[in-house]
Amino acid sequence: MNSPDSSHGGAWGLVFVSWLIACVSMLASLFFSEIMHVPPCVLCWYQRICMYPLVLILPIGLFPFDRRLVRYAAPLSALGLLIAVFHLLLVAGYIPESIKPCTQGVPCSEVHVQWFGFVTIPLLSALSFLLITVLLLLGHRRSAK
Amino acid sequence: MKQKNLVIFSVVFLLLAFVAAAWFYQSYQADAAAQAYLRDKSTYVRSHTPARGSPDAKVEIVEFFDPACGTCREFHPLLERMLKDHPGKIRLYERYTPLHDGSETVVKMLAAAHLQGKFWPTLEAIFAAQPAWAPQHRPQPELVWNYIGGVGLDLERLRRDMSSPEIDKIIQQDLADARKLGVKATPEFFVNGKPLPSWGYEQLKTLVADELSAAY
Repeated sequence: MNSPDSSHGGAWGLVFVSWLIACVSMLASLFFSEIMHVPPCVLCWYQRICMYPLVLILPIGLFPFDRRLVRYAAPLSALGLLIAVFHLLLVAGYIPESIKPCTQGVPCSEVHVQWFGFVTIPLLSALSFLLITVLLLLGHRRSAK
Repeated sequence: MKQKNLVIFSVVFLLLAFVAAAWFYQSYQADAAAQAYLRDKSTYVRSHTPARGSPDAKVEIVEFFDPACGTCREFHPLLERMLKDHPGKIRLYERYTPLHDGSETVVKMLAAAHLQGKFWPTLEAIFAAQPAWAPQHRPQPELVWNYIGGVGLDLERLRRDMSSPEIDKIIQQDLADARKLGVKATPEFFVNGKPLPSWGYEQLKTLVADELSAAY
């Protein structure tokens, strides 16, 4: 869709898609909390802290395209991925009760949304962070060529 | 240029999709709530619940209220006006939701007054004097006694009833129903089982007007 010189070997498109994923994730999380009134737990907030800045940082790296974008975006997506995986393990029960960082307020192990029997909010979050991280790294490699 | 347009288009598209999804979700929820209400009203209205307006009215407003809540007091004239403007078409139910510290006593007073058939004039007197007995959201229930003398209650019986386990059961039932329906603040309204799409004075007016035009 773009001329080769402006797409940086396809890297622009990859970062653009990762930005789309971040946007959809942000809007979905806002839909859960503000429209469906599902209260976000502490771990959800930590994941939001990693996801929401990406919505603003990624397009800044797109205009003009900045190869070094991965340096300031990937730490957020990687940390978000770690928290989401921790959250998943907590929900699955692999991490015992005592390590739970959120016994007060909304318990993180509570499952509010479950589609097809296995799709939960932390799973969607982990997938988003994983995709964003992979796309950013791929984009970085492509733009070097 | 093409890339910029792509980003702008995406932003607009995503925002529109969000708004549309929110709208669909809320109207779906409202329909589901209305269906559930038609099937079973028990969580919304109990046999002990004070009611006003014609029993044949097709628009039923259920209010979860706290006598110490200033906003509930401000909504009261609006509800009165609705009942007056649409005689026979609206029925109003009041559920006890003592969320403030200290308003539980006042709620018991109201529930006991209902046993004497004087819930509404007592509520009127309590709301009228609210700034005096609940300044800055700090209810002082013992002060309320000074303001309900004109209602014509048998005060001795009222005191006796207030400490009865039946009244306590009524309050606990209302609080349990409030939790079940997701009431976290007062006043909260349900019109024929539908919650307000978003909380507010105008939203309540619109919802009631919609239900009125749908039923009559």
